[in-house]
Amino acid sequence: MFSNLHADKSRQLLIGFLIGIGFGFLLQKGGVTDYNVIIRQLLLEDFTVVKIMLTAVLVGMIGVHLLRSFGLAKLHPKPGSIGTTVIGGLIFGAGFALLGYCPGTVAGAVATGALDALFGGIVGILVGAGLFAALYPRLESGILRKGEFGAITLPDLFKVNAWVVIVPVVLLIIGLLWAIERAGL
Amino acid sequence: MIEWLTMVTWSPYVAGGGIGLLCCVAFLLSDKPLGCSTAFARTSGMLEKSVRGNKTLDKPYYKKFAPEIDWEWMLVLGVIVGAFISAILSGAFRILWVPEEWMQAAGYSVGIRWGTAFVGGALIGFGARWAGGCTSGHGISGTLQLVVSSWIAACCFFIGGIVVAMLLFRVVLGG
Repeated sequence: MFSNLHADKSRQLLIGFLIGIGFGFLLQKGGVTDYNVIIRQLLLEDFTVVKIMLTAVLVGMIGVHLLRSFGLAKLHPKPGSIGTTVIGGLIFGAGFALLGYCPGTVAGAVATGALDALFGGIVGILVGAGLFAALYPRLESGILRKGEFGAITLPDLFKVNAWVVIVPVVLLIIGLLWAIERAGL
Repeated sequence: MIEWLTMVTWSPYVAGGGIGLLCCVAFLLSDKPLGCSTAFARTSGMLEKSVRGNKTLDKPYYKKFAPEIDWEWMLVLGVIVGAFISAILSGAFRILWVPEEWMQAAGYSVGIRWGTAFVGGALIGFGARWAGGCTSGHGISGTLQLVVSSWIAACCFFIGGIVVAMLLFRVVLGG
């Protein structure tokens, strides 16, 4: 239905920019462009980050799968392996704790005047990404291939209809959010 | 309406719900999941290209992720603009050298904070490209598509983050 729009490069750049404005606005209003909020999450003192992420996943999961049911959206699962996903994820996590922002919130933090996000964070991320590009040929043939499980979704894995997984995940997310609120976090 | 726009913070459920809707819009209008980390890899490549020239383009990684402005790059640019508008509207914009929680644990140590942020940033840039996504690409967009690698990645982001944050604040800085 929107395939002409999808192929229109300049309009796509504009749409990306506009969606980014909405995303940045919501990140700032949600409070997660603030170092204090993110670090308190990782210290398990404040659950704003988890609340925002789980609500976004809840709404997005139902919405995207509804669009897909009507033939209006395609999924884009990323491939993974134990070597890539687990090791890369843990390296990212360590960086997340030291920086106190992630790649999206660091951009938002810079825009609210956080100089540590700009001179520490952005510069660091650019250096780290460049370093990965330099080491990529060596990693690609070795560790990144360890324990590949491919670009699959949970419904693919269990060989069931997507909604068979969505319904319990929705209940799980609501239960988690309820428990977090009940614990006063 | 104006009061709503100038509020300092919104409920995390409103902000999160809005981000979920934006994910749907991105799939519908652009056939793309939201993600932020490849924009940094591309920018790094663009900077390298401006110093080393076209040799940079021979790197296998930049053949996969060309150092050029794309949809995600514009998205990250938009994040900066959107967060700036929100901060200005709510009067939250202020130049900040060292964040409060850091100051309480480690004092007003600009050099140490920026150095730590740099090391953290480098690990994030490296780790996000290693894992193939970040808190938005895997953590939100991937998990909402129920992607196996994204659920594992999101868990690892938080496991690594919680362990290192606890070590840093409870042991190293002793707060």
